Amino acid sequence: MRWRLPEWAVGLLFISPWLVGFGAFMALPIALSFWYSLSDYTILEPPVYVGLENYQRLAEDPVFWKVMWNTVIYAVIAIPLGTIFALVIAGLLNAKVIGLTFFRAAVFLPSLVPLVASAMIWIWIFNGENGLLNGALELIGIRGPNWLGEAAWMMPSLVIISLWSIGQAVVIYLAALQDVPTSLYEAADLDGMGVIGKFWNVTIPMISPVILFNVIMAIIATWQIFAVPFIISLDGGPERSGYFYTMYLYDQAFRFLNMGVASAMAWVQLLIILGLTGLTFLVSRRTVHYRA
Amino acid sequence: MARSRRHPLQTIGLYAALIGVSALFALPLLWMLSTSVKPIDQTQVSPPQWLPEPVTELPRFASENYVTGSKNEQGDIVQHGVLVDPVVNFPLYLRNTLIVATLSVSGMVISSAIIAYGFARVKWRGRGLVFAFVLATMMIPFPVLMAPLYVIFRDLGWIGTFMPLWVPSWFGGAFQIFLLRQFYLTIPKELDEAARIDGCSHLGVFWRIILPLSKPALAVVALFQFIFVWNDFLGPLIFLQHRDQFTLALGLQLYQSQAGNVPQNALMAASVLILLPVVILFVLTQRTFVEGIATQGLKE
Repeated sequence: MRWRLPEWAVGLLFISPWLVGFGAFMALPIALSFWYSLSDYTILEPPVYVGLENYQRLAEDPVFWKVMWNTVIYAVIAIPLGTIFALVIAGLLNAKVIGLTFFRAAVFLPSLVPLVASAMIWIWIFNGENGLLNGALELIGIRGPNWLGEAAWMMPSLVIISLWSIGQAVVIYLAALQDVPTSLYEAADLDGMGVIGKFWNVTIPMISPVILFNVIMAIIATWQIFAVPFIISLDGGPERSGYFYTMYLYDQAFRFLNMGVASAMAWVQLLIILGLTGLTFLVSRRTVHYRA
Repeated sequence: MARSRRHPLQTIGLYAALIGVSALFALPLLWMLSTSVKPIDQTQVSPPQWLPEPVTELPRFASENYVTGSKNEQGDIVQHGVLVDPVVNFPLYLRNTLIVATLSVSGMVISSAIIAYGFARVKWRGRGLVFAFVLATMMIPFPVLMAPLYVIFRDLGWIGTFMPLWVPSWFGGAFQIFLLRQFYLTIPKELDEAARIDGCSHLGVFWRIILPLSKPALAVVALFQFIFVWNDFLGPLIFLQHRDQFTLALGLQLYQSQAGNVPQNALMAASVLILLPVVILFVLTQRTFVEGIATQGLKE
């Protein structure tokens, strides 16, 4: 018999690229970021330990609270709305109809549009004077606002853009819907349940793990929202209504060269995401139904 | 089944809803396309027009916006064609994007394929725990890492090169490893066990049995990575410095911001160009795409 490496060594060898990558591009940056967050570090000179000063500065910084507020509001509107929207569309696309491939492609394609291009398209559609949206509103006698130019309309505009790019969630829900055993619906039919009853009592419980997964992904994605509002307005637009967490983090790091403050923001962001994910799991214990 | 008993009115309602929803999703893209083939004065009419006037001149308008540019009566160029813009070099950005994409996609496919084998086919203690940890890293968003990553890449002398954009891909990605592992698990174990008894090493099993059977899953990984690189904005924004290194996504933003007021038709033409390859790729590989994304929601 030929001599062979023990299995555990072979296993470690196979996954070694990941171990190295994780160390170099994740663990090391996270550790460094913790050190920077406790330091005065303007990237040009070496970091100097200052304790919790950066965190204190953030706590007293109205702009920090503004971006925090914007991000939370965006999440609170866009995530539930997006979940309902995606579920309804997935339900429609689950029907057996002619032209299904076309309908599915139309819904899915916008989610593949590069964010930069998507920002360009929507800036043009939302244009206050010659935009398509206000042109359409005019036809029914409504004088539309200057969408991206008014603080009050910034958030609704961004939510509309996010709904337009919801295709990936729709595809995931669609796959989950097709996984629900038809026997359950037949049993519900025998019980005399209507369409809505079946949706609440069969569909939702059966796909609840997938909903949970999508909601967690959406929470993580919301804290990363950057490209579209950044391109709409580098400085956050009127009254900073379009200024988000990651945009401010970017500005702290690469415009003001405040690596210390940026790293403190990164740590706050990390803790918020972990906390929210944990909380979502806790809540889901009662509501999410896992198949045995 | 309930579906076969649909009332005619329900069918009409269903189609109306489907057509309405699809139209809402498709209109912005069609409007972009429409704007890109109109002369600039026609982009500012109210109410908006979908087709240029006269429509027979559409090919000329299109070629002006995309390539030749438009001239005034004295024959001076008043607007450059997007593809030959003197400031924003889109053909060069396309080349840059393709270089990064090639390096990043090959790295991601090769490394994730190897790593996933270690989680699917080799038995070692703590494997499940480490795999769960890999999945957990999916929760760590890039913005959390970007400031220290910049410092690390600066110290390595990588800022202003393509390296920060593709080197990390050669160490696997959590989602890609997950996807490939799930696929490997569907390959019958008897195949490699037989090979192992015949004296084949793990490397041999991986190379001769698992890889050839996993082509569809590898294609999904390649496709997703390509789309990721093609769309990525934040990475190039942070790590690239010179205009002649820009990728398409960054170039499009430069195009919009450099002149302050780029003509809408030219901007939409540029957007069409960056979107076109994605659409073509999607049409060619729709099934692969949809199946790959659907896997994301699957849990063990």
